[in-house]
Amino acid sequence: MTLPGRSTQSTSIRWFLLIAFFALLGTGLILRALWLELGARTFLLKQMAERDLRILTLPAHRGLIVDRHGEPLAVSAPVEDLCLDPRVFIRERADWAPLARMLGWPEGRLARVVEASRHEYFLYLRRDLDPFRAENILDRGIPGVFMVPADERFYPAGAIASQLVGYTNIDDQGQGGLELEFNRWLRGRDGRMEVIQNGRGQSVSVVRIISRPQPGRMLRTSLDLRLQYLAYRALRNEISKENARSGSVVVVSPQSGEILAMASFPSFNPNNRATFIPAHMRARAATDMFEPGSSFKPFTISAALVSGRYEPWSLVNTGNGVFRVGDYTIRDDADWGIINLTTLLEKSSNVGAAKIALSLPRHYLWQAYRDFGFGQTTGTGFPGESPGLLHRWFEWPPAAHAAIAYGYGVSVTALQLARAYSVLADGGIRRPLTFLDLVHPPRGRRVIPARLAHTLRTMLETVVSPAGTGFRAQIPYYRVAGKTGTARLFIHGHYSRRVYNSVFAGMAPAGHPRFVVIVIIKHATRAYFGGLVAAPVFAKVMQSALRLYGVAPSHWPKSTPPIILNDREPVS
Amino acid sequence: MNDSSAYIRHTPNLNPSLLSRLHIDGPLLLELVLLSAMGLIALFGADHGELELVVRQLIRILLGFAVLVAVAQLPPAYYRLAAPWLYLAALILLIVVLAFGQRSLGAQRWLDLGFVRLQPTELMLLALPLMLTRHLSNHTLPPDWRTVATSLLLIAMPLALILKEPDLGSALLIGVIGIFCLFVSGLNWRYLAIGAVILCAAAPIAWHFMHQYQKERILIFLNPERDPLGAGYHIIQSQIALGSGGLFGQGLLHGSQTQLDFLPESTTDFIFAVIGEQFGFLGALALVMIFLLVIQRTLRSAIRMPDHFGRLWAASMAFITFLYVVVNIGMVSGLLPVVGEPLPLVSFGGSSVVTLMAGFGVVMGLEHHQSTSWNT
Repeated sequence: MTLPGRSTQSTSIRWFLLIAFFALLGTGLILRALWLELGARTFLLKQMAERDLRILTLPAHRGLIVDRHGEPLAVSAPVEDLCLDPRVFIRERADWAPLARMLGWPEGRLARVVEASRHEYFLYLRRDLDPFRAENILDRGIPGVFMVPADERFYPAGAIASQLVGYTNIDDQGQGGLELEFNRWLRGRDGRMEVIQNGRGQSVSVVRIISRPQPGRMLRTSLDLRLQYLAYRALRNEISKENARSGSVVVVSPQSGEILAMASFPSFNPNNRATFIPAHMRARAATDMFEPGSSFKPFTISAALVSGRYEPWSLVNTGNGVFRVGDYTIRDDADWGIINLTTLLEKSSNVGAAKIALSLPRHYLWQAYRDFGFGQTTGTGFPGESPGLLHRWFEWPPAAHAAIAYGYGVSVTALQLARAYSVLADGGIRRPLTFLDLVHPPRGRRVIPARLAHTLRTMLETVVSPAGTGFRAQIPYYRVAGKTGTARLFIHGHYSRRVYNSVFAGMAPAGHPRFVVIVIIKHATRAYFGGLVAAPVFAKVMQSALRLYGVAPSHWPKSTPPIILNDREPVS
Repeated sequence: MNDSSAYIRHTPNLNPSLLSRLHIDGPLLLELVLLSAMGLIALFGADHGELELVVRQLIRILLGFAVLVAVAQLPPAYYRLAAPWLYLAALILLIVVLAFGQRSLGAQRWLDLGFVRLQPTELMLLALPLMLTRHLSNHTLPPDWRTVATSLLLIAMPLALILKEPDLGSALLIGVIGIFCLFVSGLNWRYLAIGAVILCAAAPIAWHFMHQYQKERILIFLNPERDPLGAGYHIIQSQIALGSGGLFGQGLLHGSQTQLDFLPESTTDFIFAVIGEQFGFLGALALVMIFLLVIQRTLRSAIRMPDHFGRLWAASMAFITFLYVVVNIGMVSGLLPVVGEPLPLVSFGGSSVVTLMAGFGVVMGLEHHQSTSWNT
């Protein structure tokens, strides 16, 4: 070889070293490839599976909520969640502007979002996107952008029943109302599938479906959307007319315990999260306690009658309408003198009720109230339902023994009141209340004799007579039994002289009641007597219910033709 | 003619008259064609069966072969004459690219000439050894200290410019090729030893001056799990691709790493992983073997060269090719850090195809013009 160098030996070594270098490295490369492709194969294949096999959840379709006639209260519609893999997307600067435009965002906002989560794998860009827009965005094939199917909940009834039906969060979980109470029933079970994903995080093909999603079941409720709507509208109109703070209405079918309507105002629109104001989202009839005032008297009278020591015609001396118990003074609105129990209810005498209560043992009275369901939840299972407050008899000071007779020192919910009045309406049988459409009503428990329940209803009819406090609750052609209540609110440690709860609780037709309606209006500022503020709402709601269900009138008017001319008059 | 009979002896199965008249080395040409063909097939597989890149690459390869044949026609004196101009042109282009170049992925390496995006580094990778070859062969061999000093200056100028881009991988290649030229020219072992000591001493200082991403690459190379979804992603994905190939591969268009876009840069720097995944170990082995054949053939030419210039040049070409292969495959298989050097003739990319073909053209021309009157 003719090679550069001083001696042949030196250059030979040089060439040898060169060729050895090539041979060695070449062999090294081949051995490395051999090791990777055959030796480490199992390990690397497992690594690959870890990178491209992914388990995806298949969201289960959430069940419908419908009213007793099948009208939808909550429905789920398929939507798409627009998701992003920032680690991939951050490299695709050219696609930032078009994506921002499609989202309707300024480009700077998208850039900020992406930059802020540049090390994340997953990011929701926009949730609950309608499928057509989602497809438009997906069609551009922007790396790192993908969709996850989801359901969006719609509430056709809107604000009418929002507190009652409740709402779900963005992850389709019930957060309030029936949506929360029956979440497990409605939710179903998510399915799972194994997919192959490509390097951009897009699913390329389905390997297998591990489990199919099991859709949630339909919830048929006891509600009647028509009644709910009428109750809500009557309540809303009255509250705005009387400039009141808030209110609620409950309509119950006493024979089964089914709640036909439960309206609260102010309300919120469950389809628009901007209206989610916590104070408006309570189902007040279930969660809010209040002192029932005079609407509690029928249960004191019931206890008196059950004791056998009183009859409806028994006389009570109310004196001059002022009665002192210890350092506590009980007053009537007027001086009624000596009256019987029926008149006591009709005129709503506090003094009379207090005297009767004081004549009965405390533990007996307490048991009587318990029997009507006070101090216990009504059995609906509604989230946040309050059990009210009925102190045990041995905790009553003497003044409480007297005051509880006319509804002070005891706190109830509208639902409890509805259940207690249902006992009177249904011949003395107490049943749990329910939001479910029942096939067979629960048997219930008899708490007073049927004869006595009938007597009490007759007595309560006088309240609604032209001479009674609840005359505004009259409904043409129907016998109505009910009781007014006007309770001062306990604010900052004493009973307010300006802020009242106006209550009317009643049932119709009085002979065989089909409906019990409770109306509570808080802090009405023009008039505040329950007979003036709450009774008109009762009349409107009850009249609508009787007409909707085609309940036969109790009597035909004597001097008017049998054709009801004002049939088409608006209910409100 | 005397050299004609020698030619026939070594290539008995090809038509001697035509190829010999064109100064073309048949087996080397065949090996280069094979490499290019494998590259095109791999490109087809890497790009999901799309033909666009394949056609563009085919045009470049045809251009490369045209340049090879054209260069081989030139008499050897022309190469000597051209060397300083080529070197100067490459140097100017490196300066221009620093001044006006396209910024891509944080480094200025490209020069957009409208119809083609030129990477002057690729040109320098041939221009420098050509210049060194001329410079060294013009003086007595082994080189004295003056020649070595001027040679080191010739190496240092482009090296500094490429480091400024910054392109650490190419700068290292340039440096190694320059040193190699000196080594092959018979540089005294003492100089080599001194150089090695200086290099070792300079390594920590160099580390200090490196960019953060360059340090990161080396750290990632030492431990890919350091950042498995960031900088270590390339290495892990390409190793997985090789592993999923097995002995025979998953078949063309069937590699899941490639087809599911897990493998980054699959058409350029990481095309070896595509070959490994789709054609298995046997495919990868075949590719490496063809490269080794190319190198063997070039070294054979070096031995047969009549003068120092030809010998140095052929050895340099063999070394450049080999260096590319080792750096690229080493990177793809996780033996070396990610430096972003293509697999010559196989990766998608124009500059390197044309320059390499030109380099092989020079080798062929030098060998087949050996007994002509231009030979000095």
